[in-house]
Amino acid sequence: MKASRRDFLRLGVAASTALLPLPALAQGAAPRVVVVGGGFAGASCARALRQADARIAVTLVEANATFTACPFSNAVIGGLRELSAQQFTYERVAADGVVVARAMATAVDARSVTLADGAHLPYDRLVLGPGIDIRWDALPGYDEAAAAQMPHAWRAGEQTLLLRRQLEAMDDGGLVVISAPANPFRCPPGPYERASLIAHYLKTKKPKSKLMILDAKDAFSKQRLFQAAWAELYPGLLEWVPLSKGGAVTSVDAATRTLITDFGRHQAKVANVIPPQKAGRIADVAGVADGTGWCPIDPVTFESKLQPRIHVIGDAAIAGAMPKSAFAANSQAKTCAAAVARLLTGATPSAPKLINTCYSLVAPDYGISVAGVYQPSASGQLAEVPGAGGVSPTGAPRATRAAEALLAEAWFRTITDETFG
Amino acid sequence: MGRTLAAAIGLASIAAATVASAEPPAGAASCSGCHPASTRVTSSVPRLVGRDQAAIVKAMQDFRSGQRAATVMDRIAKGFTDEEVQAIAAWYATQK
Repeated sequence: MKASRRDFLRLGVAASTALLPLPALAQGAAPRVVVVGGGFAGASCARALRQADARIAVTLVEANATFTACPFSNAVIGGLRELSAQQFTYERVAADGVVVARAMATAVDARSVTLADGAHLPYDRLVLGPGIDIRWDALPGYDEAAAAQMPHAWRAGEQTLLLRRQLEAMDDGGLVVISAPANPFRCPPGPYERASLIAHYLKTKKPKSKLMILDAKDAFSKQRLFQAAWAELYPGLLEWVPLSKGGAVTSVDAATRTLITDFGRHQAKVANVIPPQKAGRIADVAGVADGTGWCPIDPVTFESKLQPRIHVIGDAAIAGAMPKSAFAANSQAKTCAAAVARLLTGATPSAPKLINTCYSLVAPDYGISVAGVYQPSASGQLAEVPGAGGVSPTGAPRATRAAEALLAEAWFRTITDETFG
Repeated sequence: MGRTLAAAIGLASIAAATVASAEPPAGAASCSGCHPASTRVTSSVPRLVGRDQAAIVKAMQDFRSGQRAATVMDRIAKGFTDEEVQAIAAWYATQK
């Protein structure tokens, strides 16, 4: 079944290339763009397409009525924020003239997207914002049933609340273990922000407890800043175990909340397993994910390198030096929308420049950031502009950290307003 | 109008396409991740929409040189050339 669909897709692609169709606008018809996935990538792109050219008929396909944002969800886990502050709907997106189809996309061919009810949505260009899926086959013992005992909380929602409830139910003196995956994964500083805000909760409410991060890596995003802050704020409470010290988790036993490494077994009272990930399901369905599980793209247009006229943005894309973040997804969405609008008129997209800025909270009043500027390189990847970007200064006064914590919250208000407000 | 024209003449290669299509120049679309496009948002980060072109250019130059204190803008400003900053500032100045 899968093979035959793939074969059909290849035939469709070959046929469309052979026919060299005119750009939709040149043919006089209203061009149709379908966007699948209503996260920071997809919803931003749908709106930006309407703003770029109101003649484009844009349909956003999203199965859920409510979007639950991952940025700041670590503050929910740490008891600093309610999940409702993370949730957004699509009314304002629809008010911009985007047709919101609340449905699961089940199939993609070279001309149309099929929805679960059998409806077909024809497209001239398709944009996928698939987000991530958990690789349930990657960590022995960690399947969907295990996630009910040892939450990943890496797609925000019920899993976020489950981890919070487990922390709240734990007796003082318990061991909390976070397992962090190898690169690449959604939100590179995320596991360490989460560790920080759980440590803040433990220090405040359950000070005899310990937190251990078992890491499949020897280095991580904003590492010096995190480690300096941990030494200052959470001494003796938070321990980071890198790959070289036996940090890589090789299997788990959900029944006993045990994480197993080559060096030993760690039985946790609360275990947060952040497992290996891949592009969201629709990327595989559409044939735009490669053997890595992620999606290779053109750095100017975000068009798939595997399927013509299908663009991939956000966490699912292999975007070179750009990290998998909400800011990057939003930035890519607007760049992709401008490129798609040009392609639909037969024009050539211009070389883009993109920005990423990611804030992390180490404590409610202690923020740190990383920023970068990106452009297509000669080798066809998105590369950092040399001499720009970097992390917050080490050794900065607490007033700077407090200012960045406030900027982090302002960023969340701004980007969620642009995407959903 | 005059400002747009001046930018187009001064930066023909970059601004020509921009003015023709009102499409944001390279880099401009990313700014609204932090600088609110909407007046609904409460933020200490200034809106760029409708802001004076020369003021944006001056701010970016001062961030880049370190003359103006910054949290992230010093790191971001270093990623843009004078021509790119001029084009971005010109575009924002004409937005409403």
